[in-house]
Amino acid sequence: MNLRPRLSAIAVAALMVVATAACSPGPGEPQARTLTVMYQKTDSFVALENVLKDAKGEFEAANSGITVELEPIQANDDDYGTKLALAQRSPETAPDVFYEDTFKVRADVEAGYLLKLDEHLQKWEDWKQFSEGAKAAGRADDGGIYAVPLGTDTRAIWYNKTVLQKAGIPVPWQPRTWQEILDTARKIKANDPSVVPFNMYAGKGTGEGTVMQSFYELLYGTGAALYDEKDRKWVVGSQGFTDSLTFLKTLYDEGLAVTPAEALDANVWKKVFGEWLPQGKMGATVEGSYAPSFWQAGGSYEWPGYATEMGVARFPTQNGQEPGGVSMSGGWTLAVGAGTAEPDLAFKFLTTALNKKNALAFDINSSQIAVRADVAADPAYQSANPFIKEVSELVDVTHYRPATADYPRISTAVQVATESVITGKQSPDEAGAVYDQTVREIVGDDKVIQK
Amino acid sequence: MSAPKIRNFASLRNIGSLSNVSSLKRSTRFLPVVPSVVLLVLFLLAPVVWSFVSSFTDVSLSGKSARNPVWVGLDNYARMIGDPSFPASVWLTVVFVAASAVVGQNILGLGLALLMSRAGRAISAVAGIAVVSAWILPEIVAAFAAYAYFNRDGTLNQLLAAIGLEGTDWLYSFPMTAIILANLWRGTAFSMLVYRAALAAVPRDISEAALMDGAGSWQRLAFITLPVIRSSIATNLMLITLQTLAVFTLIWIMTAGGPANASTTLPVLAYQEAFKFGDIGYGTAVASVIIVIGSVFGIAYVRLLRQERP
Repeated sequence: MNLRPRLSAIAVAALMVVATAACSPGPGEPQARTLTVMYQKTDSFVALENVLKDAKGEFEAANSGITVELEPIQANDDDYGTKLALAQRSPETAPDVFYEDTFKVRADVEAGYLLKLDEHLQKWEDWKQFSEGAKAAGRADDGGIYAVPLGTDTRAIWYNKTVLQKAGIPVPWQPRTWQEILDTARKIKANDPSVVPFNMYAGKGTGEGTVMQSFYELLYGTGAALYDEKDRKWVVGSQGFTDSLTFLKTLYDEGLAVTPAEALDANVWKKVFGEWLPQGKMGATVEGSYAPSFWQAGGSYEWPGYATEMGVARFPTQNGQEPGGVSMSGGWTLAVGAGTAEPDLAFKFLTTALNKKNALAFDINSSQIAVRADVAADPAYQSANPFIKEVSELVDVTHYRPATADYPRISTAVQVATESVITGKQSPDEAGAVYDQTVREIVGDDKVIQK
Repeated sequence: MSAPKIRNFASLRNIGSLSNVSSLKRSTRFLPVVPSVVLLVLFLLAPVVWSFVSSFTDVSLSGKSARNPVWVGLDNYARMIGDPSFPASVWLTVVFVAASAVVGQNILGLGLALLMSRAGRAISAVAGIAVVSAWILPEIVAAFAAYAYFNRDGTLNQLLAAIGLEGTDWLYSFPMTAIILANLWRGTAFSMLVYRAALAAVPRDISEAALMDGAGSWQRLAFITLPVIRSSIATNLMLITLQTLAVFTLIWIMTAGGPANASTTLPVLAYQEAFKFGDIGYGTAVASVIIVIGSVFGIAYVRLLRQERP
């Protein structure tokens, strides 16, 4: 009779059921009021975590009985976006306040993840401190505002003064046309073939970096655009698109940029910041205004000499046409979940995290461009790094991505076009035609416009 | 609440007659496995069913259809057939599984096991540790190790430079070869272990008898050893095929499917579609195809196993 083990197994099963039941809270218990805050954290990006920890302290001190639960997600930008979206899909896991990329705002509003903040913002004293451009960063297609920016960024040419001077190019250097970039790069190459003269990202490896820090600077400098904001249609068949691809082809074919194999490595940017520019092996690259955050004390690639060694120039338009420069902007915001049980408290926490003190700390520590007038005027901000004034001025010539729900696919189609061209698989004309075809497939014929 | 229950069962045991006990035995026979069945259904079957159902909708990570997905029938599958990257992915997956698992791991694992059964104890221990160490590494660590090896400035090129040869950028120029070799390196230990166990069970008297009859070592391998371990071969093939079909981390870390989709196998394609582009519907459709391919292999091997037993 082998009954004893079986009975004990039943007993264990019964115990498990009881234990499970005991875990769920009974009705009638007073529920602690908590706010969950979801944000990104990486080895080299703790500026936000520090700010949110400060804000948590301030907020809990001012609102007794309320706990702020910080939920960091350790991931790169892409994976953070995915994990946040997965959390937002279910009301049980959706955070009350979260860190949101500006270019995801429109799609996430369409998905119903974000709470409309217009009424709350009207009553917020500090809202008038935000510039008009910054306010637009959180605006959705319906005209409402759903997110408040922490800071923004711009893109510029970062060049190593010593490398340029060795090749006989006077600094400060400011190219006025694409041709001047090529002329300078060829001079550097002729002077020292071991140096990478002028790098621009291309291919799928660097992802959004390829478009934000390379292709769009070219495209928007031709007068063409990716998306017609007025007609709300995607532009296909533009001469500017082909011209931009041709420029990249020239850079890569003549060996003025890194090799195609290096360009397709997702980690190439680490070498740009960590090795090539500090060691004088690269003349110039197109990178974000946050570049100094890597070289500052405490950054991933500390380089005390960057303040004197590096120079910054605005990216020129194709033939020097108005407005004489191009930049791209992104940036991150804080937003409130549409399903939050405590909308007032959540918004209050958002304003605490974005008050002058916290916004200043964030903008300085992560080399962001201030979006609050009082932060921009603060002496601590203006002396945060030697380039802050120059990169802040680029806000005048900057562009934003057309961040619709279709955008990630379109962006990948652009990256594929650059990859096909620099690897020699296709000519710029062929790659442009493939891009046009892909866009038509993604958004449908009625949403494209031939230009 | 639990205490009285236990007492009830305890008293049942004392008063129950034999027939009572056996009917209780019958009715409660499956009770102990209920928790594990519930867990399996909840955490294994449910996601598969969810994934399969999602592949008929336009559910996405963000945008309009994130919370209110619409039933689109076979649209995702129709799009897959028209998408040039899909057949390319299927082909790369077949090449990857055939080269790195069915041929590579399988034959290399068998070869190693045969050699080790003949080698001295010390040599076979050292070789065993060397091979198994790749297998016990977590996949992410093995992936980074392989990346560091094949990278442009990696170990392989440094070794080549030491003997005066110039390497190339392996992950760029030969991405499929690199990931196949990496998977071969990582997975061979499993086949080796399976075959070592199988070879140990081959009766010595049969091969000794064959030896007496004048059979050479190749003949003994082909006519004695392999037929005896046939069922181990089929089991091993099934397991490594399914494992390799699902390899994602290794490829994602080494090449991320690039350059220009040259190493985008089906799991990588499914991930890109579902999470990079947020198109969960299409991504799950690709995942469903992986499940179908896996089951086809699984059924084929199971039938093979069955036929062997007379």
